[in-house]
Amino acid sequence: MLKYIARRLLMLIPVLLGVILLVFSLMYITPGDPVDSLLGDNATPEAREALREELGLNGGYFERFFNYVVRLLRGDMGICYSTRQNVATRIAQTFPNTVKLASFAVAFAVVFGLTFGIVSAIRQYSIIDNIVMSISMIGISMPSFWCGLLLMLLFCVKLKWLPASGFDSFSCVILPGIALGVNSAASIARMTRSGMLEVIRQDYISTARAKGLSEFKVVTVHALKNALIPVITTIGMQFGLLLGGAVLIESIFAIPGVGKMMVDAIKSRNYPVVQGGVLVIALSFCLVNLVVDILYAYVDPRVRSQYK
Amino acid sequence: MSAISTKPNVPKKHSKLQETWRRFSKNGRAVVGLCIVIMLVLCAVLAPIISPYEPNAQDPRNRLQGPSADHWFGTDELGRDILSRIIYGARISMSVGLIAICISLIGGVTLGAIAGYYGGTIDNIIMRCMDVLLSIPTILLNISIVAALGSGLQNVMIAIGVSSIPGYCRIVRASILSLRDQDFVEASRAAGANDFFLITRHILPNCLAPLIVQATLKIGAAILSCASMSFLGLGIVPPTAEWGSMLSTGRDFLRDAPHVCIFPGLAIMAAVFSMNLVGDGLRDALDPKLKD
Repeated sequence: MLKYIARRLLMLIPVLLGVILLVFSLMYITPGDPVDSLLGDNATPEAREALREELGLNGGYFERFFNYVVRLLRGDMGICYSTRQNVATRIAQTFPNTVKLASFAVAFAVVFGLTFGIVSAIRQYSIIDNIVMSISMIGISMPSFWCGLLLMLLFCVKLKWLPASGFDSFSCVILPGIALGVNSAASIARMTRSGMLEVIRQDYISTARAKGLSEFKVVTVHALKNALIPVITTIGMQFGLLLGGAVLIESIFAIPGVGKMMVDAIKSRNYPVVQGGVLVIALSFCLVNLVVDILYAYVDPRVRSQYK
Repeated sequence: MSAISTKPNVPKKHSKLQETWRRFSKNGRAVVGLCIVIMLVLCAVLAPIISPYEPNAQDPRNRLQGPSADHWFGTDELGRDILSRIIYGARISMSVGLIAICISLIGGVTLGAIAGYYGGTIDNIIMRCMDVLLSIPTILLNISIVAALGSGLQNVMIAIGVSSIPGYCRIVRASILSLRDQDFVEASRAAGANDFFLITRHILPNCLAPLIVQATLKIGAAILSCASMSFLGLGIVPPTAEWGSMLSTGRDFLRDAPHVCIFPGLAIMAAVFSMNLVGDGLRDALDPKLKD
């Protein structure tokens, strides 16, 4: 198992190098000069040149890329053009907020998705099943940013129950977390339902019932554990998607997370922040997928035996 | 004595297309989805005829009016008719959905076919590139590409198209890996067919079903991505009537005129919802495991 984890971690290196190359190239070809936006039109050529030198903007593509990779290996992600802070420091300030938001969204999605999926499966073709599946289809199709605005309209503007912006208390996480998690909850509900329906007709479920086990035990202990395998993949994928999706929700609710930081950085051509943000989110995405693969082994003994 | 038919009782043979349509039309939800898609396409095509007002015609005296007989969906902050802008917005959304999917289909199918058919180093290089694209969440990849190329309809289509390539590439590669050593491919190769002929005439037609399903589902996702980028101010910029940018400008008036946000959001949801229903219906109709 450790060998497998080590191999997967090694495989991350070329992928991350590819991400660095891709994002660096995209930022390199982006039109416009960040020096213009930092110094304005009245700056002297000397001042412009000095700033270009300071920010590492002189030199050709390969030279700049090589310097960037060398700096990254030293843990230096560059300097934020607007605050002159280290990008790593800015990410360290904002990333926990994004993780907190995505974690709440995943928790919401798992609780509601699993519950609705199980109820829908054990009441297949009933009115409940139809209602739950229709709601989940709407949930999948609903843009998270629109859902956020509707929640804001209802709970902040009309009812005044929850704050519309900020991120200093738990109540500030609820609305953005729900808006972000609705799509995922719907996906998990659909996946749980189809997984449960496949499992629930198996012979060992009939045997469990014949042994006299309660329906609750049959569903939670015997059926759910086996239906969970595809659901875990979905949850893992959703966590990665939510880290990206946070870009939109953070902008609506003015949350100081990586997503909002990156959108602001793109608008002001703050390349090092964009590169650092994409790199950190891609790394998190890959690590979450690795954790999901390891979790498989704990849930499914067949997978565990492959690693031995 | 009644006449006895001499014809054997053989069930009527249907073509594959007819069979798929028969199964698709039995699925109520898929038919509802198809009806909504047809309605949206008609809105897009007939926009100049059916829209009650010019999409950019301003009327400052009637700004932020709620729904009424004159303006069914109300007016926005510049007094423009929201219904007309939504109808014109369907043009943008539908064209982004279709063209972005064409870009990703061409890229994904070509790369997937090369990777799957030739294997080895080429396969490794292509699939590692796809891994790189897949390791960046779609919305981030889209906005990074649009930031590099600049905003505008064409660049939004390219960004969404490029970021969707890995999905098609993986489908085609997997199908080709399972088909390339089949007897019918070997027979054609023995008869002198070249690689291009083999891939396009014998192998690709066999992986059409998953491609069609993926493409249908991805049109909805492309519409959503376009709206998301415009919402962030990085996609299609005002005054062009686009659902995402309408939502973006409308959120400043959420307190006093919520209809400015509600209707464009409903339009996005209807488009994505209908594409998802059609995609699900097609998957069920094309999946041989579900054949009755």
